[in-house]
Amino acid sequence: MPEQKVAPDLSVLFAGKIYSPNPFWLASAPPTNCGQQVMRAFDAGWGGAVWKTLGDPIVNVSSRYSSVDWNGQRMMGLNNVELITDRPLETNLREITEVKKRYPKHALIASLMVESKREAWHKIVQQSEDAGADGLELNFGCPHGMSERGMGSAVGQVPEYAEMITAWVKEKARTPVLVKLTPNITDIRTVARAAKRAGADGLSAINTINSITGIDLDTFTPRPNVDGKSSHGGYCGPAVKPIALNMVQQVQGDPDSALPLSGIGGISDWRDAVEFILLGCSNVQVCTAVMHYGYRIIEEMRDGLSNWMAEKGFAKISDFQSLSLARVQEWKHLNLNYKIVARIHEERCIGCQLCYTACWDGAHQCIHMDRVGQSALTGAGHNGVQATPAMREAQSREVISMTPIPKLDHAVTSNGSEPYATPLARIPRVDESECVGCNLCYLVCPVPGCITMEEIDLNLPPQSWEQRTASIPNLPTTGRNCG
Amino acid sequence: MTVAHKPNSELAARFPDLHPPFDHQSALTEANRCLYCFDAPCIAACPTHIDVPRFIKKIAQGNLRGSALTILDANILGASCSRVCPVDVLCEGACVYHRYNQQPIEIGRLQRHAMDAFLHNGAALPKKSSADKLGKVACIGSGPASLSCAAELRQQGFAVAVFERKALPGGLNTYGVAEYKLRSADSLREIEMIRALGVDFRFGEDISPAKLAKLENEYDFIFLGVGLGAMHKLGIPGENHPAVINALDFIERYKTGVASTVGRRVAVIGAGNTAIDAARAAIRLGAENVQILYRRGKEHISAFAFEYEQAREEGVEFRWWIQPAAIHTYGPTIAAIECMFTQPVPANADLPIGGELKSPPDSAGSQTQPTIASSFRIPCDMAIPAIGQSPLLAFLESCRGIKLEFGRVQIDRATGQTANPKYFAGGDCVNGGREVVDAVADGKRSALALARQLESAHA
Repeated sequence: MPEQKVAPDLSVLFAGKIYSPNPFWLASAPPTNCGQQVMRAFDAGWGGAVWKTLGDPIVNVSSRYSSVDWNGQRMMGLNNVELITDRPLETNLREITEVKKRYPKHALIASLMVESKREAWHKIVQQSEDAGADGLELNFGCPHGMSERGMGSAVGQVPEYAEMITAWVKEKARTPVLVKLTPNITDIRTVARAAKRAGADGLSAINTINSITGIDLDTFTPRPNVDGKSSHGGYCGPAVKPIALNMVQQVQGDPDSALPLSGIGGISDWRDAVEFILLGCSNVQVCTAVMHYGYRIIEEMRDGLSNWMAEKGFAKISDFQSLSLARVQEWKHLNLNYKIVARIHEERCIGCQLCYTACWDGAHQCIHMDRVGQSALTGAGHNGVQATPAMREAQSREVISMTPIPKLDHAVTSNGSEPYATPLARIPRVDESECVGCNLCYLVCPVPGCITMEEIDLNLPPQSWEQRTASIPNLPTTGRNCG
Repeated sequence: MTVAHKPNSELAARFPDLHPPFDHQSALTEANRCLYCFDAPCIAACPTHIDVPRFIKKIAQGNLRGSALTILDANILGASCSRVCPVDVLCEGACVYHRYNQQPIEIGRLQRHAMDAFLHNGAALPKKSSADKLGKVACIGSGPASLSCAAELRQQGFAVAVFERKALPGGLNTYGVAEYKLRSADSLREIEMIRALGVDFRFGEDISPAKLAKLENEYDFIFLGVGLGAMHKLGIPGENHPAVINALDFIERYKTGVASTVGRRVAVIGAGNTAIDAARAAIRLGAENVQILYRRGKEHISAFAFEYEQAREEGVEFRWWIQPAAIHTYGPTIAAIECMFTQPVPANADLPIGGELKSPPDSAGSQTQPTIASSFRIPCDMAIPAIGQSPLLAFLESCRGIKLEFGRVQIDRATGQTANPKYFAGGDCVNGGREVVDAVADGKRSALALARQLESAHA
C-alpha cells in the first residue's frame, strides 16, 4: 500500500492573530446578514465570516440586484444597491456573541461603518469587541448610497480620511483591524499606504466596482429598476476577478502598502482562491458564488484546494503564498528576445476556422487556408498573395451542393486520401515566419491542445526594453501597442 | 388562397411533431452553443446556403426577426425546410461538433424557432425592389421549385404567374410530406406569404400543348417546376384492387382528410423515404402490423439511415430480399401478397435483352432475380406500393426543344436554363426526386438567372 500522506493543513492565522480552519471566509454581504445564516455557513464548512456591516440601521429599496448574463450563463457579474445592515445594532451584537460562543474556532469579523466622528468609531469598536468579534473590518469601500452620506467609499477615496479614521479605531481596538479598500479610485495604493501609516493590521480588497449593468430596452430604465429609476451599484462576481487580481498585486507588490491581505473579488472556486493567494493574499472572501449557489459550494472549494496542495506538495497555505508576486513585472522588464509561434495540431482540428478569421481581422494575417488548391504555396509570404476571408466565403457560396442521396449519387465516393478527420482544405496553416506569437488563435480555439504556442530559440540572450534602450540611445522611447 | 385548409385535431393528435419546437430559453442555450464557425461547413452543406451561424447568432442576441430574414434571404421556404429537411445529412451532418465528440447544433429546430416567431407575428416577406419591372415569367407547377423561383422574381419586381393542376398550391409540401414533419396548414400558411408578394396563382390548370404554346407567347420565360408524375406500378396481378393504394395517394388522402382509415395488416412495398413515411403513417393511423417489403438488402435502401432507425423504433417491420409476385384479393379486400425471395444477379451478368438501361444506374448497383420456387404468402389487408415516381414524360416531351436524359430535364446547373433558352427548370423534374431544399435552391438559381436576362431584355 502506498504511504498515506497527511492531508494539507488549510488553516490560516490571519495577521498572526485571527485563526480560521480554512482560508475561505464569507465576505460582508447578504450571506452574513444574521446569526442563523452564519451558523449554517459554518456548519457547511466555511472557515470564517465577515458580518454584514454594522452601523446605524438604514432603510433599503426594492429591487436591489441586477446581473450580467453571458452566452446563456447567468450572473457573470452581479450588481447591488443594497446598503449596510437594516437590523438593530443590539440584535446583531447579541447574535455575534451567540455565534462566537457556539463556534469558537471560526473567524468572526465585524464589518463597521459609522459617521466620521471619533466617538462614534470608538463606541462601535468597543461594542463589537465586547460582543466577541475576532477582528474588525472598516468598510471604506461601499460605493453606493452610504458614500452620499460621507461614509463608505467617500472615506476610502480620500487617503487622509482613511488614515484619520483608521487611527481613531486603532486607539481603541484590541483585535486586529482590517481596512477594506475600494477599487473606485485611480491608484488603490494611496489608500493602502494611508491605512498602513495609521497602523492597520491588515487589508481586504477589493470592494465592489461602480457599475450600471444594463438597461431595459423596452422601458429605458437601467437595472435594477426602483420604480422607474435606478442608481449606480456595486459590481462583483466572476467578471471582476481580473480587476481584483491586478489590484491585489499592486498592493502586495508595493512595500509601503503591503499588509496581511484578505483577497476579494469574483472568487468562485478553489482555483480563483489559489490565484489570489499566489499574489500575496493570506486568505480569501467569497460572496457572489454563495449568493448564486448557496453555502454548499464550500465543499468543492476546500476539497479542490486540498487536492491541489497535496498534488503540488504544499503542506500549508503559506507554502505557496506570494509565489507569483515577483513574476508580475513592469512591461519594460519583459524579455524582447522570447519568441513563440502558434502550431496547429491537425489531428485535433475540427475545422471551425475561428483562428483564421481571428488572425486576419484581429491580429497579423498569418493563418491561411491554403493547404489545398492552387494557393497552396508553402511559405508564400504574407497577406498580399492570399485571398481575403471575404473572397473565401464568396467562393464557398458559389459551390452548388445537393442533398446526398445514395440511389441518385452513384458516383459518390469518400475521399480516402484525407490524412485527418477534418478535411485538409478546412485546416488552417500558420505562417510561422510572420506569426508574432500573440496567443489570439490559441485563445479562440475551442479545442484544448489543438493550437499550442511553441518557443522558438532565437539564440539571443534575454534583453528587456529597458536594457535595449539603454544600449542604443537613439531609439524612440515608446514600445508598446496601446492601440 | 381560395380553399381554406383547416388543421385537423384528430390528425394533430396522431401526428405530433417529430422535432417539437424549442421554448425560448432552450433556444437561447442551444444558440449559444454554436461556435460561429468561419466559412461554416453547415452553410456549404445547405443547398440554399443559408447563413446558419449568422441566423443562430441573431437568435442568441434576441433578434428573431433578423434571424428569420437571414434565413428567408437564402431560402424562401425556410419554415417548411426547418421541418422537413434531412438535417442529419445536410447542415447538422456537417457541424464541426461531430469531430469534437459533441452533439451537433440543432440547426433545424433553431431555424424553426426563428421562422415560427416570424409567422406568429404575421410579418410579410420583404421586397427587394420597390418598383415593378418589365418582364413576365410563367411557372408550371406550384411545388417548392416554382415557389422559390416565383418569390425571388416577384421580390425583384417582375410579374409571375404560377399554374397549378390541383386545387391547392405547394405540391408535395402540401400533399406529400408526412404530417409529423410538416402539416398541410403550415405549408399553406407559408405559401400565403408568397402570394401576398403579388404572385398570381392559377389553380386547376392542366397544361395542354395548346396552352403551353399560348404561355410561350404571353410570357418572356417559362419555368418548369412540375416535379415527377405518377408512382411506378408494380406490374403484378391484383394491383388494381381498391385496397392497393400507392404511397403518395395514401399520404395525400390522410393529410387532406379524404380517408384516414388503414388496414389491420399493412404491407408497404419499397424502402425509400416515401415508403417509410407511408409505413409510419399507417402505424399512427392504427394499423396493428406494418411490414416493409424490399427486394434487396438493408444496405441497399434509398431511405436515409435516420429514417430507417426511426421507423424501426416506431414498430415498422422490415423484410429484406422479398419481391411481390401477385396480390390475392377476396371481394372488397385483399387477402395476401404472394412473394418470392430474391437474390442478387452476379455482377458480371449481361444487361437485360435490349441492352438499354431504363433508369440511371444506382449505387445499389446490383440487379436482383427471384429465387426459383421460393413463393410464399404474406397475409395483409392493405398494400401500399412505394417504388418511386415516373417522370412526366408526356408533358415534358410537349415542351419543344428541351432535352431529357433518363426522363430528367437537362439544364445548365448554374442557371437552370434548358436546351430551349425560353425554358428554365428545377426541382424533382431535373434531379429525379430529391429534397424540398434542393428544389428551393434550383428555383432560386433560375430566378436569379431569369432576372438578369429579363433586365437586359427589357433594358
